[in-house]
Amino acid sequence: MSKIAAAFAHGKAFIPFVTCGDPSLDVTEQLVYAMADAGADLIELGIPFSDPTAEGPVIQAANVRALAGGVTTDKIFDMVRRIRQKTQIPMVFMTYANVVFSYGSEKFISTAAEIGMDGLILPDLPFEEKDEFNPLCRQYSLDLISLIAPTSHERIAMIAKEAAGFVYCVSSLGVTGMRSNIATDIGGMVDLVRRSTDVPCAVGFGISTPEQAAKMAAVSDGAIVGSAIVKLCEAYGADCVPQVKEYVQSMKNAVNG
Amino acid sequence: MSKGRFGIHGGQYMPETLMNAVIELEQAYEHYKNDPEFNRELDALLNDYANRPSRLYYAARMTRDLGGAKIYLKREDLNHTGAHKINNVLGQVLLAKKMGKTRVIAETGAGQHGVATATAAALMDLECEVFMGREDTERQALNVYRMRLLGAKVHPVDSGTATLKDAVSETMREWTSRIEDTHYVLGSCMGPHPFPTIVRDFQAVISKEIRQQCLEKEGRLPDVVMACVGGGSNAIGAFYHFIEDEGVRLIGCEAAGRGVHTAETAATIATGRLGIFHGMKSYFCQDEYGQIAPVYSISAGLDYPGIGPEHAHLHDIGRAEYVPVTDDEAVEAFEYLSRMEGIIPAIESAHAVAHAMKIAPQMGKDQIIVINISGRGDKDCAAIARYRGEDLHE
Repeated sequence: MSKIAAAFAHGKAFIPFVTCGDPSLDVTEQLVYAMADAGADLIELGIPFSDPTAEGPVIQAANVRALAGGVTTDKIFDMVRRIRQKTQIPMVFMTYANVVFSYGSEKFISTAAEIGMDGLILPDLPFEEKDEFNPLCRQYSLDLISLIAPTSHERIAMIAKEAAGFVYCVSSLGVTGMRSNIATDIGGMVDLVRRSTDVPCAVGFGISTPEQAAKMAAVSDGAIVGSAIVKLCEAYGADCVPQVKEYVQSMKNAVNG
Repeated sequence: MSKGRFGIHGGQYMPETLMNAVIELEQAYEHYKNDPEFNRELDALLNDYANRPSRLYYAARMTRDLGGAKIYLKREDLNHTGAHKINNVLGQVLLAKKMGKTRVIAETGAGQHGVATATAAALMDLECEVFMGREDTERQALNVYRMRLLGAKVHPVDSGTATLKDAVSETMREWTSRIEDTHYVLGSCMGPHPFPTIVRDFQAVISKEIRQQCLEKEGRLPDVVMACVGGGSNAIGAFYHFIEDEGVRLIGCEAAGRGVHTAETAATIATGRLGIFHGMKSYFCQDEYGQIAPVYSISAGLDYPGIGPEHAHLHDIGRAEYVPVTDDEAVEAFEYLSRMEGIIPAIESAHAVAHAMKIAPQMGKDQIIVINISGRGDKDCAAIARYRGEDLHE
């Protein structure tokens, strides 16, 4: 069983996201330990990008803060090396195609695998362009996570058939960020995924409250939360760790129903 | 290799949310581009509404003054709305209308593409929203007013560097949030497939006309065709029908800003490297970690950190040359053409004029240069005055 599959093996998964280096890499490292303690099943580490076209204002601002603080891909790799001495919680990078490509696709993917990352999410890499990175991801055993969206319809079967790790089900139109209401028929999307693959399916975009997380997890295999956590990092800065820990605990309890 | 490639460049590096939208667009375009009724309607709009064909004007004084090659100006500045942008916009908005869309969105840098989109949307009765970097709304306040006058809503963009690339990012974000009734009228030959092809095809009317007009006036093809390049839509339009004619030199003039050896530049071919951004693989100004550079040019329309994938390919195969032109050179050319020919060019187009001023004297009197004057310069007067230390109160 891959480490990502293991993350879904104990009931519904809760998957928090943080932007590396917001407010600092030291705090990001502490956040990983705290979130793991609080029951997170898998952690998404965002590598900041100057122009994150899939992000709403909250994560955009986190990218700006992290880059202004001098974070680089190499410094993030070093942080992961430190983290891996203390915890084996499944972790995936979430970033943009140019961050990987520009570093040298093979160098990025082989390093990420070697330092103990388990997967890679690239929101600007659709199924049609998967070959840009997927052969290398398979070679080095890093799961390239596939995304499906409310507009995917007949594409879901094609995408799910080749999915690795988990399927990232985008809950709503638009960019990342908290929403008061998620109107998409998530259950219907997840059913389409399940007809084509056994790979688990987690729902993200727009989830911030325990009620939403419980609702999304009830019809899928887990819930992903980014902006709500990043908002805590923004509000509390270097003191955000206990706040995030408490929040992750409440969300994990909610997805477990 | 995926669809929409120019050599290694191009592709469709887009969020999954938009994939069905770009596929639907491609299918609609493939259908309508060969539809006689669509083409009749588009031709009528281009001719009767946008004032095509645009003139190929022999710049006699400039030719005499520079003392070398004969210089012709392709007068895209005389199009309705004052730039080449209307060619693409009429095509795309007509296509959007045929696709049943009721709303168009667009990014704009200098404001010319936003004005053109607002114009076509008014004409074809579509809702229109334009995204423009906050800094550009200040540099080009008159165009903001024109868009509002035409019934469009203008959204200043504060993210990133608050210029053209951020306007593109924000328009893409907006499109992912509302797709069903909305078409994104991309303004340059960039972005994910099929945009680079659609925009090039709608702009190719420029080179189709230059070819015919030059043959009529001179009995032969030009030796050089040159145009300014940001994303590169007016240049690809001016080059396209000459690509097979190896004897015609194609020169794209990039905005070097304060110089290619400074950080304040937007010259992508001169200073960028291969990357993946805004839906395409192409050359981009970026740092060693792939962070997109905050580029700079006096020209809001060329202030973009990338270049369209077909230009990247023409560069790779050596079919077109790309040269950097600084702010200083462009401003001098802006003033030169105004005094010499009584034509005030857009500061974007002035980049091409500046390079022509460099190479024309080295060429023979029997040789021919065509400069694409992609737009008119009224919008730039206040900014150029400021550049020269004069404060105009408009």
